[in-house]
Amino acid sequence: MRPLASIRQRLTFLLAGVAAVLSILSWLTVSEFARRAVGRAQDNVLAASVTSIVETLRAEEGEVQLELPYSAFSMLGAISEDRVFYRAVAGGLLLTGYGDLPEPRPEPPEPGGVVFATADYVGETIRMASATRIVAVAGNRVPVSVTVAQTTTGITQVARDLSRMAALLSVAFFCIAVTLSAIAARASLKPLSEIAGAVARRGPSDMRPLRRRAPAELSPLIEALDRLMLRLAGSLRRSEDFIAEAAHRIRTPLASVRMQSELALGEARTSSDRARLRLIIRAVDESSRSAGQLLDHATVAFRAEDLARDPVDLSKLALRTADAIRPTATMRDIEISLRADPALVSGDAVLLDTALRNVLDNAVKYSPVATDIHIAVGVEGGEAFVRVCDQGPGLGGGPLDALTERFRRGETAAGHVGSGLGLTITRDVLRAHGGRLILSNRDPKEGGGACVSLILPSA
Amino acid sequence: MRLAHLALGLILLAGTLSAQPAIEDRHVYEGSSPTVLRILSTADLSVFDPYLAAFHRANPAIGIDYSVVSSADLARMIRKGAAYDLALSSAMDLQFKLANDGHARRYRSEATQALPGWAGWRDLIFAFTAEPAVIVIAQDALAGLEIPATRRDLITLLREHPGRFRGRIGTYDVRKSGLGYLFATQDARATDAYWRLSEVMGRLDPELYCCSAQMIDALVEGELVLAYNVLGSYARDRLAASASDALAVVEMEDFANVMLRTAIIPRQADAPELAGAFIDHLIGIGLRSAAGSWPLPALSGIDAAQAAGFGPIRLGPGLMVNLDRLNRRNFLRAWENAVRQGADAPAGAAPAARENSAPPRK
Repeated sequence: MRPLASIRQRLTFLLAGVAAVLSILSWLTVSEFARRAVGRAQDNVLAASVTSIVETLRAEEGEVQLELPYSAFSMLGAISEDRVFYRAVAGGLLLTGYGDLPEPRPEPPEPGGVVFATADYVGETIRMASATRIVAVAGNRVPVSVTVAQTTTGITQVARDLSRMAALLSVAFFCIAVTLSAIAARASLKPLSEIAGAVARRGPSDMRPLRRRAPAELSPLIEALDRLMLRLAGSLRRSEDFIAEAAHRIRTPLASVRMQSELALGEARTSSDRARLRLIIRAVDESSRSAGQLLDHATVAFRAEDLARDPVDLSKLALRTADAIRPTATMRDIEISLRADPALVSGDAVLLDTALRNVLDNAVKYSPVATDIHIAVGVEGGEAFVRVCDQGPGLGGGPLDALTERFRRGETAAGHVGSGLGLTITRDVLRAHGGRLILSNRDPKEGGGACVSLILPSA
Repeated sequence: MRLAHLALGLILLAGTLSAQPAIEDRHVYEGSSPTVLRILSTADLSVFDPYLAAFHRANPAIGIDYSVVSSADLARMIRKGAAYDLALSSAMDLQFKLANDGHARRYRSEATQALPGWAGWRDLIFAFTAEPAVIVIAQDALAGLEIPATRRDLITLLREHPGRFRGRIGTYDVRKSGLGYLFATQDARATDAYWRLSEVMGRLDPELYCCSAQMIDALVEGELVLAYNVLGSYARDRLAASASDALAVVEMEDFANVMLRTAIIPRQADAPELAGAFIDHLIGIGLRSAAGSWPLPALSGIDAAQAAGFGPIRLGPGLMVNLDRLNRRNFLRAWENAVRQGADAPAGAAPAARENSAPPRK
């Protein structure tokens, strides 16, 4: 199943998209404001200019007199390097200035007021301001209108420069917003990734509740997860309990069946009866052993959940276990030798005993009659080890690690009683203690056989 | 009213008809190719020859046709579309108006971008010299007197010793000289003392000149003892050449006009690239850091003037104010009233109807 895009990416893209829209909007707004502000500034200066000219209007010697103040034009030069045009018309006749300047519209401007217009003149766009004043000349009221115009090239350039600056700022803001979005997305998703990490780091049999403080949005998930885990643990425990109970219940009647079968074997007359009874005993043995191992497995699963950490000396443990199995070995003329140096580990003595017993059981079971089993205990490179080597047929040519899988039996196990649980139990115990199991075949030139090493961290 | 307009129109018409553009001087630097750069200028050939010669040495293929005219004629010729590639003028206001009215071509190069902001306008006008206006005084006329440092001092000097100066003062005829008009209007704008000085000079029956060079000639020949608003650059050149210390160049301390000699490429130019190259050449010399032996002062010389509190005349629309028909008429009236007292009003100028007309306010 292809995963959906990550929430972080989606969140980042979403926030970046919002930032982009806002950046563009702010750029457009600032550009428009700049254009208007600059245009208004030009209008204001044009109005001041035309007003200062109109104020010099007077009647003298029967004609309209006008005097352009220096400031009227120099102020226009102050806002931009734009071309300047002007015209004064008295009663329809050109008084001075550029006669071909476009007529201001709406015309005529109200006396006292200034009207603005935009027009084209000499190939450029101009902005015009016009004002009118009535001058009394020899008893006549002559309307004089003055127009001052300026090209808008420089002004437009100023607005464009401002717009460009705003664009740069918007891009900078956008970049900052994207960075912050990524950080925000990461920060808000941190609890989720922490929880995911905590779940992923768990061991396969760790069924404890998460017990984590989580944001409100995640607590339903955590609760659901905890409940699921609780149910899972409960059902696992129930099935282990069931297996243990079943094994226990089977073992007791099996023991009495075996005893009765042995008694019957002693009293059997015909060889065919004896052969039949031997088959029964053998089947009972196998069942009993399997039940024992199932019980062991359940014990391991149960105890590993809450592992005891007692100091255990592997050498003593090995001695005890070897003593316990020696009678069985002796029956088949198998000699168990032991070279034990003290090797202290911390762990559950019962489980470690179960692990070692399973290994020794296997060794005895697969060893031919009248051979040796050698046990070595010691510490090597900070790790405690128990190595059990036999002179049996070895572990076969298949992948050795596969032998520790549940109910898996090696190529060489044919003809032997066994469930295939032995090495699985041993491996689980070692894992619970933070150790490992190493299986190897001995060189056939040195007599062959298998070596099983139990490695544990030294205490 | 109508009649007044008609009369004015006729006067102007007569003015334009009578003003046949007079090429005062002309020199052609032959190039090895048929390409010719035609320059119309107000700078005397004697002053400008080193600039032309240097360009010609660097570009021997290009011929240069250099014509000298008055600044008013220059503006009129360019406006009418006379076929020149470059117009160099000392009359900043006329040059500015040509550019403002669309008679100049845009030009942009590394050199023009190196110009300070006050030395250009819209890639249309380019300044390449900064030349202050000065007074030149004959030392012996002042024997036993202090050299005036301000216009007020000068007024006092002229009032107290009319005998020494009567008929021996020279200044521009602002009606004929564009540069004279520019200096006068800027003076009038900058200081009230200008009109008082004009009246004092007017009473002393001054000689009027079209050009700085002729004023300096008159000084050297002893016809004049004082010249007001002379181009300092011309004066210093001539004094250096004559190696005499009879004349003193004085810069006024209260205010000094600094004129920027400017270049424009006329709209009708046939070889605008050549003109651009020549402008780059001029700007290169104008922005020189070393003094060099160029006859005209560098733009960088402006720093001293700015430190003294007055910069160059500003290249901007303010210059157009004094070119306005009405403003010019009013100014010339006031000027004639002040300077031409007693003398007959010359033909072509409006009669001074009012007694003691008020000078135009700023």
